[in-house]
Order: sequence, then C-alpha cells, then structure tokens
Amino acid sequence: MKNVMIFLIAASVGYFHEESVLRSSPGRAPSNEQTIRVSASTFEFKPSEIRVKKGVPVVLELISEDRHHGFKLAEFHLRADIQPGAAEKIRFIPDKTGTFTFFCDVFCGGGHEDMSGILKVVE
Amino acid sequence: MNDLMNRRDLLKLAGMGVAVFVSGTTVRAGGAAQIKNESFYFVQLSDTHWGFNGPNINPDSQGTLKKAVAAVNGLDEQPDFVVFTGDLTQTTDDRKIRRDRMAEFRDIVRQLKVETVRFMPGEHDASLDRGDAYQEFFGDLHYTFDHNGVHFIVLDNVSDPMAAVGDKQLQWLKTDLQQMKKETRIVVLTHRPLFDLAPDWDWATRDGDAVIDALMQHPNVTVLYGHIHQEHHHMTGHIAHHAAKSLMWALPEPGSVPKKAQIPWNASEPYKGLGFRELEAQVASGRYDIKELPVSRG
Repeated sequence: MKNVMIFLIAASVGYFHEESVLRSSPGRAPSNEQTIRVSASTFEFKPSEIRVKKGVPVVLELISEDRHHGFKLAEFHLRADIQPGAAEKIRFIPDKTGTFTFFCDVFCGGGHEDMSGILKVVE
Repeated sequence: MNDLMNRRDLLKLAGMGVAVFVSGTTVRAGGAAQIKNESFYFVQLSDTHWGFNGPNINPDSQGTLKKAVAAVNGLDEQPDFVVFTGDLTQTTDDRKIRRDRMAEFRDIVRQLKVETVRFMPGEHDASLDRGDAYQEFFGDLHYTFDHNGVHFIVLDNVSDPMAAVGDKQLQWLKTDLQQMKKETRIVVLTHRPLFDLAPDWDWATRDGDAVIDALMQHPNVTVLYGHIHQEHHHMTGHIAHHAAKSLMWALPEPGSVPKKAQIPWNASEPYKGLGFRELEAQVASGRYDIKELPVSRG
C-alpha cells in the first residue's frame, strides 16, 4: 500500500519523466496525437527539421531507405534502431520548448557525422 | 631524482660522457638492457584517415601522414614504440577501396624506423564490416601487451557500429584486470572516448560507463584515445583520459558550435590543429608526461 501511495504521489508531480518517452504500444492514441514520418538514408533525415508543440503527443514513425541507421534525441532520452523494411515508432510528449538536435548514432558511412536534424518544440 | 630529468635527458648526458647512476626502478642510462619499471617513451598518432580527399579541409591529404612519419623518424631518440589510435583510413562502402587504403596506409607506416608499431581500429576502419578488412591487415581488434612494467589494454569500441564495447569484450577486460596486481600501471588505448564527452556529436561509447566501472578498481589507469581530432584532457575519478590530435583535419571543441564540422584549412597556418604526441611514461610514479608535436618541424 505504501508503495502504491509513493507511486501515485510521484506520478501526480510528474516524477516519471520516462512516461513522456513511452515507445509505441497497443492502445488508443490520444485524439490530438501528431504522427510524423521521418525517413533516414545515407546521410540525411527527411525532414531534417521537425516542428512540434509542447505538450502535444507525438509519434515519430522512423523508416530507413537503405541501411541500418540510428535515431537519437538525447534531450528527450529517445533512441531507436532503424532497419530497412520496418517502421520504428517512438511516442513521446515534448515537455519543454527549444531546439534540439537528433542524429544517427549507428555508424553508417562517410557522411555519418553529418547525419542529423533538429526538433523545434514551440508553445 | 629530479622528475624534470627524464630518460632522454639522462641518455643525452650519458652520450656526453657523463656517468649516470640512478635507482633501478627508474633509469639505467648507458645500459643497453631495459628493465622492468624503468621510464620509457612512446609516440601516439591518431586519426590519419588515409584516403580522405577534401582540398578545403586538407589540401595535403596525400602528404600529411608521410610528413608525420618523417617527423617521428627525425626525433632525437626513437621511441620504444608507436601507437595509432584508430581511423587509420577514411571509410568507404567499396570493399576493394577499403583494402587498398589499408594496404597503402600500412606501406607508408612501414617507413617508420621504430620496430614496434601498435594499431587499433576506428569506426572508419571497422564499423561497416565489423572489422573484417582491418583484421586482415592489422590483426586483432582488441588485445593486451606489456612494456617495462606497464600493462597496455587495447579496447575496440568501434567494430560494433553502435559504438559499444559489448558484453563479450567487457568480460574479457574484467578477466584481464583480475589477473593484474592492484599497483599495476595500466594504460587503455582506444578510439572513442569512454566517457560521455559529447553524445550529441557521437563522442561517447555506449557502454563506456561499464568499462570505466571495471577500470575504477585499479588505482593507476590512464586512457589514451582519438576520434575527436583535438587535444583534450578529462578525469573520471582518478582515471585520466587524454585525446590526441588528428593527422588529417581538426574539429571544434565539444559543444562550441551548434553543429560539428571539420575546421577548414587555413593557408596562413597550414597544419594548424594537426599533430602527434610523445608520452614519457614515468613508470615508478605512474605519471605520463605528454608533449604535443607538429606534423613536421618545417
């Protein structure tokens, strides 16, 4: 019972930051959820700039056009492997405004270091 | 003994006819045989990226490595050994070109006078084929060797394209460390930083924390690495981490610009930001004196 109380208190004050980075899971999506398809190929993300609103749930649908890539958005503790032929979904709620860099964190060739993009979170 | 008087100073004195007698744990100048725990020096070169072509970044991409080899050969005293801390070659998807570059690199560094040259891969050498080509030319991806009482551990954090050491190698490391006495001087040679220097710039090792945790049990550990194309020094607890310059292009300081990018060549200051280093291992004290050197003395 004590543990349950701690959980409820922590949840009510937003302690569980990881709640905002839940991976795709079965269930009904929030009505205001925004899905953004992001393709990865050597050596770029398309789109390379993503704009979202703070507090609005987002699903990033990641696909690879050619080879194994990675997607890392460190500020939101998000990462995924992107393999050709399979879409990878990441669901999260941006809880802060600003401009954040995401990048490929799986070495993919000569232009790997340049393979990045930005996420803009606005009010 | 004066710490400022290192092995090479003593050898110079000996060469001038000055008799030098010091403790057996440091130097026996004038004696040919080296003993355990005497100080010695070695040279670190890094990130040579042989095969890179970018006139705005390095118009002497075909000559810089050769100049560095000549510079090492021209040192007053030859080092005990030379170590290359990864990214020997520029990556390519073409398997044949990859091997051609490795063969060319190997032929150039064969011009070094020093007999012992140690290699390890960078992600440009090994990430696209899990180190297959690298091993054909340069041998194991991870290994150990000992020199004058110092235990060197070469760690591979690149052949996994996800920049991880991996459980198997981590276990190998722990087993190796268990065999070491507490006071053993340990030097880890690797390519990527083992700590989170700039994860947004891919300057980290995914499971680097586990490696550092394993190393932390030993009181005398130093890490030498490359990857970030600049001199950098950092402490994690008592473990010192020293990054070396590149011999192809320089990169900005971590976090100093919004987007990491190669620093363009400056014709008024050619080779600026490039170079290699000497490391004087003071084995008795477990200290390493680092001296950065330019690509060439010209």
